[in-house]
Amino acid sequence: MTATDQLLFQGADWDFRTLQRICDACEEVARDELKLDVYPNQIEVITAEQMLDAYSSVGMPLFYKHWSFGKHFAFQEASYRKGLMGLAYEIVINSSPCISYLMEENTATMQALVIAHAAFGHNHFFKNNYLFKQWTDADGILDYLEFAKRYVAHCEERHGRMAVEHTLDAAHALMSHGIDRYPGKKSLDLRAEEKRAGRRRAHEEREFNDLWRTVPTGPAKTSAILDVERRRKMLGLPQENLLYFLEKTAPRLKPWQREILRIVRHIAQYFYPQSQTKVMNEGTATYVHYRIMSRLHEQGRLTDGNFLEFLQSHTNVVFQPEFDDPRYSGFNPYALGFAMMQDIERIVTDPEDEDREWFPDIAGTGDAMGVLRDIWANYRDESFISQYLSPRLMRHFRMFHLHDDPEERSGILVDAIHNERGYRRLRRELARQYDVGYIDANIEVVDVDLAGDRRLMLRHTVVKGAQLSEADTKRVLQHLADLWTYDVSLVESDASGTVLKEYVAHPRNIAVAA
Amino acid sequence: MAIHIVDRRLNPGSKSLENRQRFLRRAKALVQGAVKKSSQDRDIKDVLEGGEVSVPIDGMDEPRFRREGGTRDMVLPGNKKFVEGDILPRPNQGGGRGGRQAGEGDSEDTFRFVLSRDEFVDLFLDDLELPDLAKRKLAEVESEGIRRAGYSTSGSPANISVSRTVSRALARRVALRRPRPEALAELEAELENCSEARRAELLAEIEALKAKIKRIPFIDPIDIRYRRFETVPKPVAQAVMFCLMDVSGSMTEHMKDLAKRFYMLLYVFLKRRYRHVEIVFIRHTDRAEEVDEQTFFYGPASGGTLVSSALQAMHDIVRTRFRPADWNIYAAQASDGDNSYADGEVAGRLLTDMILPVTQFFAYLEVGQENGLSYEMPNSALWTLYDGLRANGAPLSMRKVNERSEIFPVFHDLFQRRGPQERTAS
Repeated sequence: MTATDQLLFQGADWDFRTLQRICDACEEVARDELKLDVYPNQIEVITAEQMLDAYSSVGMPLFYKHWSFGKHFAFQEASYRKGLMGLAYEIVINSSPCISYLMEENTATMQALVIAHAAFGHNHFFKNNYLFKQWTDADGILDYLEFAKRYVAHCEERHGRMAVEHTLDAAHALMSHGIDRYPGKKSLDLRAEEKRAGRRRAHEEREFNDLWRTVPTGPAKTSAILDVERRRKMLGLPQENLLYFLEKTAPRLKPWQREILRIVRHIAQYFYPQSQTKVMNEGTATYVHYRIMSRLHEQGRLTDGNFLEFLQSHTNVVFQPEFDDPRYSGFNPYALGFAMMQDIERIVTDPEDEDREWFPDIAGTGDAMGVLRDIWANYRDESFISQYLSPRLMRHFRMFHLHDDPEERSGILVDAIHNERGYRRLRRELARQYDVGYIDANIEVVDVDLAGDRRLMLRHTVVKGAQLSEADTKRVLQHLADLWTYDVSLVESDASGTVLKEYVAHPRNIAVAA
Repeated sequence: MAIHIVDRRLNPGSKSLENRQRFLRRAKALVQGAVKKSSQDRDIKDVLEGGEVSVPIDGMDEPRFRREGGTRDMVLPGNKKFVEGDILPRPNQGGGRGGRQAGEGDSEDTFRFVLSRDEFVDLFLDDLELPDLAKRKLAEVESEGIRRAGYSTSGSPANISVSRTVSRALARRVALRRPRPEALAELEAELENCSEARRAELLAEIEALKAKIKRIPFIDPIDIRYRRFETVPKPVAQAVMFCLMDVSGSMTEHMKDLAKRFYMLLYVFLKRRYRHVEIVFIRHTDRAEEVDEQTFFYGPASGGTLVSSALQAMHDIVRTRFRPADWNIYAAQASDGDNSYADGEVAGRLLTDMILPVTQFFAYLEVGQENGLSYEMPNSALWTLYDGLRANGAPLSMRKVNERSEIFPVFHDLFQRRGPQERTAS
């Protein structure tokens, strides 16, 4: 075999046979060396325009129609044309088969990079991470989207476009609060239920003591309190999934409106894991493409020139501007994720004393891929950072923590820096930035005035003094009131229960739930 | 594990088109407002090229629960000189800190995006329509066209479709098992050298084959097919636009500019209705000539003013190049209103007898001095003449314009969609 036979491709041009060869080569490395476990791959080659299309419908290959997607498309197209924004090289969809979109403009090297990145890196993460396993159904998502698209179109036909649009507008406004954050109770099958009841009875009989009857109890609950408790239990209150609550209990919604709320809720839920694993997901994919491409180069299947081209793109992707750089816009998930993965590899294979002290479980165990695969399967950004961000990386990024209290007149406090005293605090604070519990406002349905005017009562628990922005909140509440069809009130209160602000919205007389 | 590679590039693009249309429909009122506002003080040519429009976000926002203010904790990369406990002065609002924190949380006040030329023009001219007269004409002036319409069993020999005929004949011959010439030749070859007993047998066989070939002709009259043509009414889909302008010394640059803007609007408007639009520029002083656009607007000229010369020129051009049966003819005349008094009668006759009967629409735009007020302009010679014709029932549209910003309103006014009761009145 000559050297040119081994090469996957030469130069920048590619055709479909080249892609196939690249895929096979990547798969070989991914399977035999990295031991990745992936969904079957489907690779689709698309044009820039189709890429923009995909952007505006949240990256999904098919989606129901809504004006807001058109707005995003117009916006993105405008900035793309002006050259403000480059297009992503790829989009990958968490489905089985796992679909990766490749742009036709990419060079052969870029296609190889993208295939290694998406079709193996992301794909492995989707299939193995516990959040994705828990919340998404990769086999069913494409069928579900197809159903959603047809259902919405069908509703438009039957109930008019305006009515459907109003309902979708309202549902989209509440989308960020249409997510179940904790896995629901699994419904037990009847046999298990029966066994459990039997065990409980046996336990009661064994523990029976007539003496308990004579122990005095507290004052009996008044019927009013019992009423409230019963009602709250019946409605499943407090409830933080607003869309779910509306779908199940809003008094005057039509069945098709409930179904639309359900669709929006399901889609929000589908994206929930992605928002919690940006750093890990990109870190995994970047680490995987780096490993695969390096190996292909070592095997002599990439020319030096192509490998340099790859390194240039790779370096751009993992570039982290510093805080005072005009390009800075927060931590780059690719940079942070990739650096952490590499750092873990180093800790496992070649630890220093500091690493042994900080990571006794993994330091020096030798099997980097084993450790990484385990991490990829069992963590999300917040837990990943709070456990595996090493002092060495904090020094590398020269991280520091600012505490900005508006009450403090003199300025912003530098609370911790990358030194012995600051490591743990830095890590805790950075992890918190990725904690969905802190990112999203904590808003719950607390009660419904069933006896009175059916007012829906919400509460926002204010954390660290961050209140809701007034203009937006009023508009969201308006949407909420339109769906609920009675008054809606929102109270903002801090941890001590002090009420900071109150909103009330009245339903508009539109055809939403007439 | 097999990897599927799919080429989706040929899939229909613009999946978002529908979403985009919905968005535009929703934003229509806002976009139209923006378009009209900008058309008053911006160069019309640029505006009509489409391009970026910014509309207030109101009504198109997608509100979410969002928090702002409060105590903030941030972990940032790139520490250079800070140590724990340092107090940093707050940067001025919006600046510093290198981040976007200042901008986040608030929605933008306006939303900017790019409209394509077509979308723009559609919105721009949305509530306009061709004048009544033109519509009546449009329905009438249909010419007949010829279109292929399959095959028929009868027709003129010139229209025989050979390929269709031959293929039908072939099918018939195969179906009826007409012996192939090769089979006959084979038997005859065998006849050359064979035994006596076989000879008789072969002869009989050859006879039978020959008889069968004769019975089943190579091409039968029933095979023959003719190409069939149908005549279909073909709507006239082309228009010619005559721009007539007085370029005598009394026309200032400002006046020409006004006229140019009006012509542009008319051009865009016609372009949207007709597949093919031609423009003829005729400028006149005391004599008229057809010129190119550059000369029309910027070429120097001087002399007296005879409107009839331009009308005569237009009439000649129509007669030689634009058959009214094939072309929708539009004309717009711009002038400061001067005309020699002796010319009035000639011009009036030309217009009513020759030109108005063949045009869809004739607009007269009287352009005035900058800063003048249109209602203060005394009626000029030409205005008086045309006004008289109009009073006698000639279908003329006429307006006076002084300011650049009036052009669009006047244009809009001329082509406004009218209620049925107003149609006859105007």
